[in-house]
Amino acid sequence: MSDVMARVKKMVVEHLDVEEEKVTDNAHFIDDLGADSLDNVELVMAFEEEFDIEIPDDAAEHIQTVGDAVKFISEKVG
Amino acid sequence: MQRRVVVTGLGLVTPVGCGVEAAWSNILAGRSGARKIENFDVSDIACKVAAPVPRKSEFPDRADAFDPDDVMSARDAKRIDDFILYSIAAADQALADAKWAPKELGEEAQYRTGVMIGSGIGGLQTVYDASITLHEKGPRRLSPFVIPSMLINLASGQTSIRHGLKGPNHSVVTACATGVHAIGDAGRLIAHGDADVMVAGGGEAAITRLGIAAFVACRAMTTGFNDTPEKASRPYDKDRDGFLMGEGAGVVVLEEYEHAKARGAKIYAELRGYGLSGDAYHITSPAPEGEGGHRAMVAALKNSGLDVSDIGYVNAHGTSTPLGDELEVMAVEKLLGEHASNVLMSSTKSATGHLLGAAGAIEAIFSILALRDGMAPPTLNLDNPSVETKLDLVPHTAKPFEAKAVMSNSFGFGGTNAAVIFAKVD
Repeated sequence: MSDVMARVKKMVVEHLDVEEEKVTDNAHFIDDLGADSLDNVELVMAFEEEFDIEIPDDAAEHIQTVGDAVKFISEKVG
Repeated sequence: MQRRVVVTGLGLVTPVGCGVEAAWSNILAGRSGARKIENFDVSDIACKVAAPVPRKSEFPDRADAFDPDDVMSARDAKRIDDFILYSIAAADQALADAKWAPKELGEEAQYRTGVMIGSGIGGLQTVYDASITLHEKGPRRLSPFVIPSMLINLASGQTSIRHGLKGPNHSVVTACATGVHAIGDAGRLIAHGDADVMVAGGGEAAITRLGIAAFVACRAMTTGFNDTPEKASRPYDKDRDGFLMGEGAGVVVLEEYEHAKARGAKIYAELRGYGLSGDAYHITSPAPEGEGGHRAMVAALKNSGLDVSDIGYVNAHGTSTPLGDELEVMAVEKLLGEHASNVLMSSTKSATGHLLGAAGAIEAIFSILALRDGMAPPTLNLDNPSVETKLDLVPHTAKPFEAKAVMSNSFGFGGTNAAVIFAKVD
């Protein structure tokens, strides 16, 4: 598991208060992990802070699964 | 014809403990919730004392300490301001006490149950923290939960979501009169048929650096008892020098009388009278002779259909400010006339401090319990009264009384006044 993946997983567990096993690559924040639209906004902000990157609003809209987040962040932090 | 309204559930989160019977026994025993402020910097603020809600993390051995974990997860609690947390906790208690769970009963019960929980100030710490974030880190760092955490009506909103209450969802904001207005207005909604059950009261959490400093700036707070916090709130006493800030929430379940009877609910008292008025005088000072407060009491008495001689106890607004306490005594004496010498009047703010928008709600509950037990709670620290009165101000020690009805007053900045009268059910 990549470093980004591990950190994203840890943050999702903390922010959404879900069990670690559920945070798979394909897990959808809203459909699978019980997030609502405000949770998503907060999570994206937390990613920005953790990885010191900027995630524009139109990009944030496409981050809907754990895998989406890992992919976007990995590309940004290179 | 108006329907009768009774009280069937109570909930309290206060500086003298969490839970109705625990807080009430502390009040009757004359225990103060005042202490030195330790959770934020007050080194440059003239007032260094307050009456915060005792938390389990601070007092692990106290059974009546407030534990947020009993209410919700730490993650959820972080997303709401404390005034909402306290309100939800008090509403949980009140609904459990009333044994009223509309979610389990179905849609009709849900549609007929509403919420009216107010606050004087709302999410002050949330606004403060968000301002700092905006200033230091910019707008993109603001949490999406800032607004739903600070909005006053979210105490009602959150409570309705939690318990599936789909009736009227409303909120009151009348500074320190909020709690009484919420209970009175909610009672009217039941009386007029908009709901059968209302969850009503107030929550406040303004013991923050901004809250204390700003009330000091308008010269309303005590500053002379920083080394002896339990002496700071001393309504009617010669040495009083301003109010002591409290925090917490009080929530009641109000219910239409026949509705309560039909389901065999425990009935504490009837909400008999409610009166409101405005001073039209000054933003922070009460009107001369307390005439605005007097008119609210007259209106409540008229609304109750009771005789003035039915009132045996008054829970005063009595904030321990130099001006307000004496004016209220004058206004109550004028209302009661000759009967004043038979009446006990005390200020439980001497123990709890001033809970602002929650004050009227917790004091309405103390009034209901005083009526139930025939015991008037004491006014602490009343060593040397500054005012001569026929009223018994119940100094230091609780006192028994017998009466059909009790009254509770609340007055707020802006010149807003409210009084409620609770009576034994015939």
